[in-house]
Amino acid sequence: MIKIAIDKLAKSFGDDDRRTVALHDFDLSIDDGEFVCIVGPSGCGKTTVLRIVAGLETPTSGTVTIAPGSATGHPQNAMVFQEHGLFPWMTVVDNVAYSLEMRGIGKRERREQVMPFLEKIGLSRFHKHYPRDLSGGMRQRVSLARAFVADPEILLMDEPFAALDAQNKLILQEELLRIWEGSAKTVLFITHGIDEAIALGDRIVVMTAQPGRIKEIVPIDFPRPRSVAELRADPRFGALELSIWRMLEDEVRTARRQEEAAS
Amino acid sequence: MKRVNQERALTILSPVAALIVWQLASNAGLVNQRYVPSPLSIAVAGWDLALSGELAQHIGASLRRLVVGFVLGAVPGVFIGMVMGLNRWVRAALDPLVAALYPIPKIALLPLLMLVFGLGDGSKVVVVAMSVLFLTIINITVGVLQLDKIYFDVARNYGTPWPKLFRRVILPGALPTILAGLRISLGVSLVVLVGAEFVASQSGIGYLIWSSWQTLMVEQMFVGIIVITILGVLSTLFLHECERLLVPWRRD
Repeated sequence: MIKIAIDKLAKSFGDDDRRTVALHDFDLSIDDGEFVCIVGPSGCGKTTVLRIVAGLETPTSGTVTIAPGSATGHPQNAMVFQEHGLFPWMTVVDNVAYSLEMRGIGKRERREQVMPFLEKIGLSRFHKHYPRDLSGGMRQRVSLARAFVADPEILLMDEPFAALDAQNKLILQEELLRIWEGSAKTVLFITHGIDEAIALGDRIVVMTAQPGRIKEIVPIDFPRPRSVAELRADPRFGALELSIWRMLEDEVRTARRQEEAAS
Repeated sequence: MKRVNQERALTILSPVAALIVWQLASNAGLVNQRYVPSPLSIAVAGWDLALSGELAQHIGASLRRLVVGFVLGAVPGVFIGMVMGLNRWVRAALDPLVAALYPIPKIALLPLLMLVFGLGDGSKVVVVAMSVLFLTIINITVGVLQLDKIYFDVARNYGTPWPKLFRRVILPGALPTILAGLRISLGVSLVVLVGAEFVASQSGIGYLIWSSWQTLMVEQMFVGIIVITILGVLSTLFLHECERLLVPWRRD
């Protein structure tokens, strides 16, 4: 069953005489419960796709259709932002429980719902800390927890691990898979990392340089549950990485030329 | 002694040492007592003023004007600043007015205000309120505008209704800037108040300083200067304490 149907999506910014076409003719269908990763050179409009699906931006033309879910009272989607997405003035427990607070759930019940989740990701000791007291990895873990506690049908992730060091990234990827597998949530995951996309996704959408279009869609059929670390040692992993890099290489060079021309 | 304690002891000892040096210099005749009286004679003058009840009266008068004027300026200032920060239409409409009125040294309006509000407390309260108002508006507007866009994105993504957006996101997000702005406003209002009391008052610390000068009672003048300094320090400490309580996520 198709969960998200994106049809001829286009987005341009700016006035008539200085118009930037960020996105052009973007078509994509995502199945219910599927994990789709989007990779592409910087400025290719991948974040724009995500923001349009999240309803944070309106497309210039084209449509996004989301199949209604069975459960009511849950948000349709929750977004995990790159970094600094946590409210600095709220403690960990308040940040994680934000969606529940917005649904009008009382303080005691919020705590009861959130604490087991913090336990699961090893942050219960820090529930009264403010984000500034946490490391980058812990902060992104809190962001993940906030999105999962909202219990949305669709998870939208905008390079959530981009600012982390290699080891923390690996741990967070493993954790994301562990929480996601069996949750039946549909995921749209934006990343710069080809290896990250292969390790996490069911399919990888490779985008062109600006204006962003789909260049190719690569299915990834490693069985689940996956271990990111073991997957990386698989020779097929390296082969996939190379072939996706070949698709991306020209686009990255084009994007670089565009940037140089603009500056 | 631990290093921290040593440092703490030094911060108390150094002003005391300075006072002792000052006193000794006065005794030795190195400082002209007509201009700069010795610490002891200032203390005696201060003691006399306190005993007669005059000092309390002056402090009371100044504090009353300061608090009333500050509140009258800060409360509408915070409100207008918030609305200007949140609504571009209001901002566009009010920006030129604020920009035109802000640079006027408010003390220059004192004669005009005395015509309108009379010679009593009214004119002094209004001149303090006006100097606080525009400073607060500008600070709060900037504070709201500086809020990172990502917080609004997160709030929208989780379906935050307006009242909660204000209470849980905008207000706490802008609070550090609001408090910093109020601290500056408080300093400015002290300056304006003392200025107003110099020329147009029969009570208050500013009046004490000015009338002591006119009658060449230099010790009393110094008492007034020291009292107004202490008032400034205490009010800053008070706002710092508010900041500590209201903005715990910024604590170092």
